[in-house]
Amino acid sequence: MTFTGNEALALSEPLIFETGRREVTGVDIEDAGLTEDRLGGQARKTPIDLPGLTEPETMRHYVRLSRQNYAIDMGLYPLGSCTMKHNPRLNEKMARLPGFGDIHPLQPLSTVPGALELMGELSRWLITMTGMKAVALSPKAGAQGELAGMMAIRAALRARGENRGTVLVPESAHGTNPATAAALGYRVESIKAREDGTVSVEAVREKLSDDVAAIMLTNPNTCGLFEPEVAAIAEAVHEAGAYFYGDGANFNAIVGKAKPGDLGVDAMHINLHKTFSTPHGGGGPGAGPVVLSERLAPFAPLPFLRDDGTLVERSDECDAGETPFGRLVAFHGQMGMYVRAMAYMLSHGADGLKQASEDAVLAANYIKAQLADVMSVSFPDRPAMHEVLFDERFLKGTGVTTLDFAKAMIDEGYHPMTMYFPLVVPGAMLIEPTESESLASLDLFIATLRDLAKGARDGDTARFTEAPRYAPRRRLDETRGARKPVLTYEASSDFKEAAE
Amino acid sequence: MRYHPLTSDDRELMLSRIGVKSIDDLFVDVPNAHLVEGLMDLPKGKSEIAVERLLAKMAGKNRAAGEGPFFVGAGAYRHHVPASVDHLIQRSEFLTSYTPYQAEISQGTLQVLFEFQTQVARLTGMEVANASMYDGSTAAAEAVMMAARLTRRGKAIVAGGVHPQYRDVIETVAVGVDVEAMPADPTASEDVATKIDDSIACVVVQSPSFYGHILDLKPIAEACHKAGALLVACFTEVVALGAIEPPGAQGADIVVGEGQSLGNPLTFGGPYVGLFAGLKKHVRQMPGRLAGETVDADGKRGYTLTLNTREQHIRRDKATSNICTNSGLCSLAFTIHMTLLGETGLTRLARLNHAKAIKAADALARVPGVTVLNESFFNEFTIKVPGDAHTVIEKLAERDVLGGVPVSRLDEKAPGDLIVVAATELTTDDDIDAYASTLGDVL
Repeated sequence: MTFTGNEALALSEPLIFETGRREVTGVDIEDAGLTEDRLGGQARKTPIDLPGLTEPETMRHYVRLSRQNYAIDMGLYPLGSCTMKHNPRLNEKMARLPGFGDIHPLQPLSTVPGALELMGELSRWLITMTGMKAVALSPKAGAQGELAGMMAIRAALRARGENRGTVLVPESAHGTNPATAAALGYRVESIKAREDGTVSVEAVREKLSDDVAAIMLTNPNTCGLFEPEVAAIAEAVHEAGAYFYGDGANFNAIVGKAKPGDLGVDAMHINLHKTFSTPHGGGGPGAGPVVLSERLAPFAPLPFLRDDGTLVERSDECDAGETPFGRLVAFHGQMGMYVRAMAYMLSHGADGLKQASEDAVLAANYIKAQLADVMSVSFPDRPAMHEVLFDERFLKGTGVTTLDFAKAMIDEGYHPMTMYFPLVVPGAMLIEPTESESLASLDLFIATLRDLAKGARDGDTARFTEAPRYAPRRRLDETRGARKPVLTYEASSDFKEAAE
Repeated sequence: MRYHPLTSDDRELMLSRIGVKSIDDLFVDVPNAHLVEGLMDLPKGKSEIAVERLLAKMAGKNRAAGEGPFFVGAGAYRHHVPASVDHLIQRSEFLTSYTPYQAEISQGTLQVLFEFQTQVARLTGMEVANASMYDGSTAAAEAVMMAARLTRRGKAIVAGGVHPQYRDVIETVAVGVDVEAMPADPTASEDVATKIDDSIACVVVQSPSFYGHILDLKPIAEACHKAGALLVACFTEVVALGAIEPPGAQGADIVVGEGQSLGNPLTFGGPYVGLFAGLKKHVRQMPGRLAGETVDADGKRGYTLTLNTREQHIRRDKATSNICTNSGLCSLAFTIHMTLLGETGLTRLARLNHAKAIKAADALARVPGVTVLNESFFNEFTIKVPGDAHTVIEKLAERDVLGGVPVSRLDEKAPGDLIVVAATELTTDDDIDAYASTLGDVL
């Protein structure tokens, strides 16, 4: 144990509320020269109790904190379904051009033709890649894209005088699918997967009725498999008068290979932060534009862009045939993410985007092939798409759980894969390597997992149950955190008084 | 392609180790009829130089806020962001990490969120805050739904001073809640308290209002509580909280707002950062992510996402919201900027904003035919102009003055002769002079 508790570059860092001082500031601001305010008698009397730090202290504080995070730029980040691929810095640079970063959403549209042009270009690329009719750019994240798509479906049904109450969701779906359907008041009916991890058209037919508004289907699905009967499912759904919502979380596997529009999808959100690599940023901001079929296009929410490039912001500006279901966000959506995605698409081009899909699928299948003999592949009979699903069967009798296995990966310098999702197999481990890894990187990852699997079999249990041992923190007590939640720092930060 | 590390030889080797002949063998589940031969209508990949040229050309067609006199606000504000903020948020460890599900290797993000939550709670005068929402408008809609869950009532009132697009978002997103939107209230003359009865889940009130007025929330809070309803207090300019009484000190039950002003550029409307604060007793009905303090296996203090049983990945169709993310990087920018400012800096910044707005209001009030509608305001106020506000704004823009937002652009039912005008610490005396004299010319 060192005197400071630090271990060389492993530096601990207190909270700003423990080091900051209320009288300190890191921003020099001129005196306002204000003699009399016009705050209508509402001038602040209650102290805020917020500490400040000077600039050098601030830099050090947040740099030290940053070093307690894992990141794509540090190593392979195989989080299945999350698509942690390389984030090109050109995208960041482009988003910061004053013509994009320093424009206001409500300045006259006549002063921002370049912004509308970029939104038009992005729309064109998204529509072309998906084979759809229209796109609503504004949803702020995938889950909001789902909401947009499902609201368009509800509006379309109402327009034909129908009020259907059920939405079908396969059990392998992301939690956002049932949550979105429920938020709109739909009853959620679960569809079981077949033995091979895919959904059969028969299983869908069984649940279809004139009360079904839509099916929400992720394709490729969260088991990493392309749904082979997707076109037939779409047909059956349409025959029943319902709509096909495609969850585009895994679109990155099929860009340039297949178009959801050709497969019968009516609405699909696209996670720009996954497929088009606008950064995840530690949990957002994302962006979730939703592409729409011809039948749903009239219901796209405000604001929407017409083919001629005009932006429609209010319902009274709509022409006949434009019947938006409402507005999901103030302003026009995640422009900063549009620019980043556009830079990514232009850099890749049609050829590069297809190559990215193929390399992602190749890498996942390579991992699957190289680990099949030591870990349990959940669905070995079909090719994986961009991600491959393992489960806990290979750990049976070892005393090591999926969670332990994942935590041991941390000690080896990797971010764990997605664990315990999807729910269709016990102790799921969903690995998505993405196209950003070199062969050497994939081989080292594979060798590491082989060694871990061997370690578990050989009874080296402590390597797993005590992991992580080398991370900034050992395992955290999440039960305590939830039972008696401490969500803010509660002591006063007025250290001047405390010192006195 | 500069982003793809695999070579052709690598690919061949990998295919052979997988035991297939070609990449097509891995796409056999895609029905043949639906396989496409690439994306014929789209161009091929471009070099970094070519992409920069193309996008810079597009960006160059836009009139950036910093290029001349600029008075546009109405929910998004142009402030100075210290250089260190943008440097720090571009650290790989923040920029290229995922949601902090693996707490042991995400302590950086988690501690930042804990600091963010504490800052937001203290600023708003509330007990707790979440780890952020998409933006202020969606936070407002989530607040209305939360109030409906808490009170088990199905009606909400949106006051006439709430940002018209926030109102639209509430009406669209708060499914199952009967939303009564009050008419536009440019003069802060409505008495929302008289509308409240025991069928109401909540009243949403914005202060400073969309039109800039600073409201006394206490009588509204009292009327709400008397009827068993909740007060949802909303703001779009977080810097105002450095100058005015926080909603928490006035009886608000839920406080939501836009945090863009701290740390985040305008970027044509997004990404921004929604602030969401409330009371401890309501925390289990709060939407969104929450970071909490706990200890690790060695007893060291650490942070983790907590109360996950409210969320969609656990509760699925029983979740409090379908939200799956926060606005992580934007909340980081907010927290760093707030840390740099501290209470001292924020108070000074707020005073400077207020002083600039007073100067602008006085200068515009002297222009013949122009009336300032506000008795109170922070850094934004409403002017009445003779004629159509759209036309005036366009004429000003032709003379390179971006003079504000015509109210009727956002609310077709509002009077057509009103402009919302904002000033910040970046507004110079020259800008104000230019605005006043150009406005005189175009009227």
